[in-house]
Amino acid sequence: MNKIIAVAGVVIKELYRRKDFYVLFVLTALLTCAAGAMNFFHDDKIVRYVKDICLLLIWVSSLVVAIVTTARQIPAERESRTIFPLLAKPVSRGQVVAGKFLGCWLATGIALIVFYLFFAIIAGSREHIWPVGIYLQAAWMQWMLLGIVIAMVLLGSIYLAAPSSTSTISFVAVGGILLLGGHLKNIALAQPEPMQGILTFLYFSIPHLEWFYLSDFVVYNFAAVPWAKIILATLYAAVWIGIFLLLTWAGFRRKNLTT
Amino acid sequence: MKAAASLLFALLALMAFSLATQLDLAATGWSRADRSGNFLGLMFGDGRKLLGNQFFTMADVYFHSGYYPTIFDQKSEGQKEIIAASHGKKEDEEDEKNEDFFGKPKDWVDAFGRNFKITQHTHLEQGREREILPWLRLAAELDPNKIETYTVGAFFLREHLHRTDQAEAFLREGLRQNPGSCELLFELGRLYRASKLDFDHARNVWYLGVNRYLALKPEEQKENRLIFEEMAVNLAYLEDQTGRYEEAINWFRAAQQVAVNPTALQEQIDAIQKKIPAKQP
Repeated sequence: MNKIIAVAGVVIKELYRRKDFYVLFVLTALLTCAAGAMNFFHDDKIVRYVKDICLLLIWVSSLVVAIVTTARQIPAERESRTIFPLLAKPVSRGQVVAGKFLGCWLATGIALIVFYLFFAIIAGSREHIWPVGIYLQAAWMQWMLLGIVIAMVLLGSIYLAAPSSTSTISFVAVGGILLLGGHLKNIALAQPEPMQGILTFLYFSIPHLEWFYLSDFVVYNFAAVPWAKIILATLYAAVWIGIFLLLTWAGFRRKNLTT
Repeated sequence: MKAAASLLFALLALMAFSLATQLDLAATGWSRADRSGNFLGLMFGDGRKLLGNQFFTMADVYFHSGYYPTIFDQKSEGQKEIIAASHGKKEDEEDEKNEDFFGKPKDWVDAFGRNFKITQHTHLEQGREREILPWLRLAAELDPNKIETYTVGAFFLREHLHRTDQAEAFLREGLRQNPGSCELLFELGRLYRASKLDFDHARNVWYLGVNRYLALKPEEQKENRLIFEEMAVNLAYLEDQTGRYEEAINWFRAAQQVAVNPTALQEQIDAIQKKIPAKQP
């Protein structure tokens, strides 16, 4: 476990040494403040559009941080040949995979805390209410989703040629699932066979990332989701993270690192 | 060498100053040339109308606090609820049933996923209607010819937020963009009658609206029958309220010619006729 934590620690240090997060955070803050400064019919109590824009930027930024950071982890180690001294420590390939995942996940978790603190300050200063419960749930569910995404990107980085292609394909896959995942059954029902069967199979076999999107509850001030459902969704995320990490480990174990 | 550099600097500074005085005039002309547009118009061209429509839909989404069908959900085609609400339509049970676009869960994925979706049909109320205003403002900027944006915005500003002056300013902005629009004149008349209690002003604006309607081509009149009926009926009620019974009856009769249900209007005419004192022989 110590070795996994050591590998994860290196990944976290890498995140705060790189500029990606800072740039995205400053951009999010600037755009949110600019949106908040707009005046509509001289009404300073209008707040939901600011929350909406801020949460959208947080989602985009956190996905960019998670996918871009994860996609380059193993390819960069191979390219710079630092993977060999790492594996000679000795650290097993499974521990490398687990450490890289944990590092990326914790790093995006830290980034999410900063983002949501900023969001809570902006929303609270205008609305004068602090619905901590739903904020916590939204941040937690987003972190769980990022866990699945990071594990998925890590798997892609083993099989795909370059970090850029891994990132692009991951963005398309995550965006596609978020937008269409919940509607695949509806689409399937309107199709003839065999397309109906294929889409239905796809509907049941993809990770349903759209469940983890609680931004609407935050924007429209709805009550928190029952915690039992959050726990179940967390278990679902844990299962998918496990599946992706196992597949990553299986692929990485047989991978020839010299080519 | 030093003197030459100083001279060159002075020459460049002079040139910059002279050019600035010349270009300033031209720049003022450029900004005036784009009088109807703005930054968004300049950015999106005619495509801004699509975006404007999207922002108008966003106002409806906010009005429902996120409970809104996607293109994949089955929903009966109809008027957006913010438009219906601005015409004073209240939802009944049948409407509520039609709005349940989720239906029964199709499978366990759908059933479990609904815990993380907004599944309650609610409308903004108690002053929270203000949240739709940014989208209406942006929709008006992007598509200044979409009449509903102004009528809906003015209705919510006036009726729910009690900001009559801003509602009037928004309607007048709409009228500047769409001169002579019957819908905008009707809404402006409603504002004068219901919110400002300025009956004369309301009557004049509605008269103007009726004249604009009568000046339309026959096929355009056909499309605007409903708004004419609304103006005529409202004028009739106004005349009735101010004791001008003959005019009230005339307006109800005018409304009968285009109304779907003229019998109901006949009942109103009969009621007013009872108020008219019998002429002395």
